[in-house]
Amino acid sequence: MSAAGPHRLPAGGLIDRNRPIQFRFDGKAYGGFAGDTLASALLANGVRSVARSFKFHRPRGVFTCGIEEPNALLRIGSGSGAIPSARAPVVELTDGLSAFTQSGWPSSGFDVGRLLDLVPALWAAGFYNKTFKWPRWHTYEGLIRRMAGLGRTPEERDPDRYEAGNRHCDVLIVGGGVAGLTAALEAGTEGLRIILAEQDTVLGGWAAWAGAEVTDSISAGRVAVLCARLRRLPNVTILTRTTAVAYYDHHVVALVERGSQSSVAAVRENLWVVRAKRVVLATGALEQPLLFDNNDRPGIFLAASARQYLRRYGVAPGRTVIVATNNDSAYATVNDLRAAGVEVTCVADTRRSVPESIRTAMRAVNVAIVPGAIPVDTSGFAALRAVTLGQVSEEGRGISGAVDYACDALLVSGGWNPALHLYAQAGGKLGFDTASGALRPVNAVAGLEIVGAANATDDSVIGSRSSPVGRTHRQWVDLLHDVTVADLELALRENFTSVEHVKRYTTLGMSADQGKTSTVAAIDTLAKLRGVHPAELGYTTQRPPVTPIALGTIAGREIGERFAPSRRLPMHDWHGSHGALFQDFGEWRRPVAYVRQGESREQAAGREAGAARTAAGIFDASPLGKFEIHGPDALEFVDRFYINNLRTLQPGRVRYGIMLRESGILFDDGTVTLLAPDHVLVSTTSGNATRVGAWMEEWRQCEWPELRVAIMPTTEQWATISVTGPEARLIVSRLDNNIDLSPDAFPHLAMREGKVLGMSARVYRISFTGELTYEINVPAEAAIRLWEALVQAGESEGIQPIGLDALMQLRLEKGFLHVGTDTDGTTIPDDVGWGKVAAAKEASYIGKRSLTLPEHVRTDRLQLVGLTGTGVGAFIAGSHLRLPDSARATDGWITSVGRLLSSGQPIALAMLRAGREQVGKEVTVHDCGNTARAEVSPASFLDPAGKKMNA
Amino acid sequence: MLRIPCPHCGLRDEPEFIFGGPSGVVRPPDTADDATWTRYLYERENPAGLHWEKWSHAYGCGQWFNVARNTLTHAILASYPLGWPRPDLQGEVA
Repeated sequence: MSAAGPHRLPAGGLIDRNRPIQFRFDGKAYGGFAGDTLASALLANGVRSVARSFKFHRPRGVFTCGIEEPNALLRIGSGSGAIPSARAPVVELTDGLSAFTQSGWPSSGFDVGRLLDLVPALWAAGFYNKTFKWPRWHTYEGLIRRMAGLGRTPEERDPDRYEAGNRHCDVLIVGGGVAGLTAALEAGTEGLRIILAEQDTVLGGWAAWAGAEVTDSISAGRVAVLCARLRRLPNVTILTRTTAVAYYDHHVVALVERGSQSSVAAVRENLWVVRAKRVVLATGALEQPLLFDNNDRPGIFLAASARQYLRRYGVAPGRTVIVATNNDSAYATVNDLRAAGVEVTCVADTRRSVPESIRTAMRAVNVAIVPGAIPVDTSGFAALRAVTLGQVSEEGRGISGAVDYACDALLVSGGWNPALHLYAQAGGKLGFDTASGALRPVNAVAGLEIVGAANATDDSVIGSRSSPVGRTHRQWVDLLHDVTVADLELALRENFTSVEHVKRYTTLGMSADQGKTSTVAAIDTLAKLRGVHPAELGYTTQRPPVTPIALGTIAGREIGERFAPSRRLPMHDWHGSHGALFQDFGEWRRPVAYVRQGESREQAAGREAGAARTAAGIFDASPLGKFEIHGPDALEFVDRFYINNLRTLQPGRVRYGIMLRESGILFDDGTVTLLAPDHVLVSTTSGNATRVGAWMEEWRQCEWPELRVAIMPTTEQWATISVTGPEARLIVSRLDNNIDLSPDAFPHLAMREGKVLGMSARVYRISFTGELTYEINVPAEAAIRLWEALVQAGESEGIQPIGLDALMQLRLEKGFLHVGTDTDGTTIPDDVGWGKVAAAKEASYIGKRSLTLPEHVRTDRLQLVGLTGTGVGAFIAGSHLRLPDSARATDGWITSVGRLLSSGQPIALAMLRAGREQVGKEVTVHDCGNTARAEVSPASFLDPAGKKMNA
Repeated sequence: MLRIPCPHCGLRDEPEFIFGGPSGVVRPPDTADDATWTRYLYERENPAGLHWEKWSHAYGCGQWFNVARNTLTHAILASYPLGWPRPDLQGEVA
């Protein structure tokens, strides 16, 4: 195959004809040149049909020459690195590139879905919402998703690299056409820091390729001069291949910069977050289509796009061309086609009167103008073969004198719509301008300026953009989502009259192009159908991103290990080398069990819990939240957070505490320790440490600034090693320490400071297992020395490291509350047995007032109870409970499950309606259709008097 | 993304901050009746225009402070430390 291709002109364009490029499309080899895009190379090779349409599976060809492309969405590459739905007009052609049609089943050549086109009623708007609902939508979903749809996302991990970065500037200029370059030079010479972002590979916009014959001010020569002067300014940064995709508050704009190479090591896309003092939009305008029967065939192009293929890439859109327009702009394309020797049969201009200057120009190139004419139909299947042109009748409602013209390309122009997506995202309002048939900016946005074609003030009047006759279900408004005029009619018939409703009902403008070539025509058509002025209809919201971007670009480097920060326990490596099975709890990676050869996780947890009950376990509790509250008002401050009275706390003593939100709902539990009258230690649950710290700080700053306190978080500074079990005292006493461990000198709920192995230590007697426990806090960086010494000291007693699974079993047997597991967003202290304590405290505390609200004093609230199984194999957390003869759907649910270590009997904690009154009675347990009976018990299954932990 | 001027650190990006709802919500005493208390708990103004609110520079200096923001444009009209009086913004917001 010749690199030139049958549609390549012998000369012209910005391509480098000395650098041929080989590529493949659907497996077939083709040639192109450096400077080509995938679309221009395909067109040069005469490839007309490149895709199947979304719903009807009609053959579609390249329609535009830019980001607005609705048809030529192709898959680039294969396997994990495949890029779905790439827009062929903006894919730079590279050697070895392999592109594929992504729609069509079983293949693009033979597509059974084509049959759908024969019964278009099947695909009318809302059809499947109304039809595929028996027995349920999911019955049909798989087939429909295979038949419709836009490509497939690779399932493997994306091998490409993406980066993100920040930039700051005084002025961000979006668009590197003549208007953007001029604005950049103006601001740049004032010494302001400028970033200019241009999505194309070259600067200059259409002036870069349109030739010098237009006017001097926008010639390619002028572009070269502007660029040279800009490049001399050190305060101007020019980013090409860079699209501004999103405009956020305060002039924060997201730019996506595409890498220029396809090598694996290179960065595929950069995400730049730019903070600008002001922004200039020089984003140009997008040409709009015309509406007529079968306006979607391959070989139909937007006129200016065809001109760009001609002048920039040296590709002729066809051999026999017809042009249809409702404005002046398409005549420049005619001029260029004639100059390149391409035959132009005629120009249908929907306006009845065409300016004299244009008529003269067309006579000079020997092209006939048919005023007041519009295409009414086309023929050809995989490629356009003929166009029927008709004369619009005087009153505009009919057609006369329809004539067929053979041609292989039809170039259409339905006027220009300013590309104002970013302006709309910035809060700008658009208004429909009838003269230009376009949405134009209405209000000023502070710090935002619109220049060039995006702010066009041209007041010439365009002609009609749609055929007055024909079959509306063959007139495509939205090529990408296959939405026809008939769909709009249907939506209106069903009373979806707002444009936002029509959009959702028909999916118009909702696809990857966000309606760049469909919104305006849709508004125009809807207005006509409803008999109102288009300006009355408004327009649909334009949201980021302006063009689709890869999810990888948003993720940047924050994937895998960098997705979220991970916190490692001080003894992490020891756990890892002793069989720990790690799981993430918040940011912490924690051992759930230390699994030995041949053991299941459940067996390991049972063995570990057994060791703690009979001898000793050692547990890494370092994530427990730790806060030091200093100051004369420290105890007063802490007291205001807990339902428990802390004012009577003596130095060296520890008290359990429950913390509420202002709504009275349980927030956290933990311990409070008085070190000195002006020094209080607060310990929180591991999961809530950060939240409680922020909570206390907010109250200190915002509500109680008069209290003299400072809060210092020390969670990470102290490692917490918990030795628990009947042998705990013996084992701890074997280590070199200066603390009197005897029960009288150091009772339960006390804390002692001292030295253990020469390290500063805070030793607590608090227990979450129900066993005698020493919780030893030492500086985190040296804690492994203590851990290893304890393991060694307890070897003869059979000490074992215990994971979270075992800890949860131990606390369940004891009936200790686990906030967030046994409680939820409705639980108040009385529900979990702390109502009397909360009511008895005289001093005010956060949430106190809420405890007497009517909802919180109801007698049928859910209360924490225990359940034991009679004939239950195992309890399942989340199972619902019903009381005997209950008329309610549910009377509560199971929150925590496990087994008694001694007998293996299933036990559970549950929230049960008026649960404390139900102790001794039976409830029915419901789980996914299975039912069982269980007996209600107090929420503690072991040593209710606490003899073991008080030992 | 908003850009918020922390009165202590200067202009920073929104992800450094935590929003704390309206400022000037007065906490009633425990003797308040149920209606007063639940209004304090749950009822907040949602004005179109000037909104007095508090923010915390959580990932910066850690300080709570006051902000006046136009909810229609997201323009930040003022930011000032806790305990300072509200600036006069008459005429700043339509």
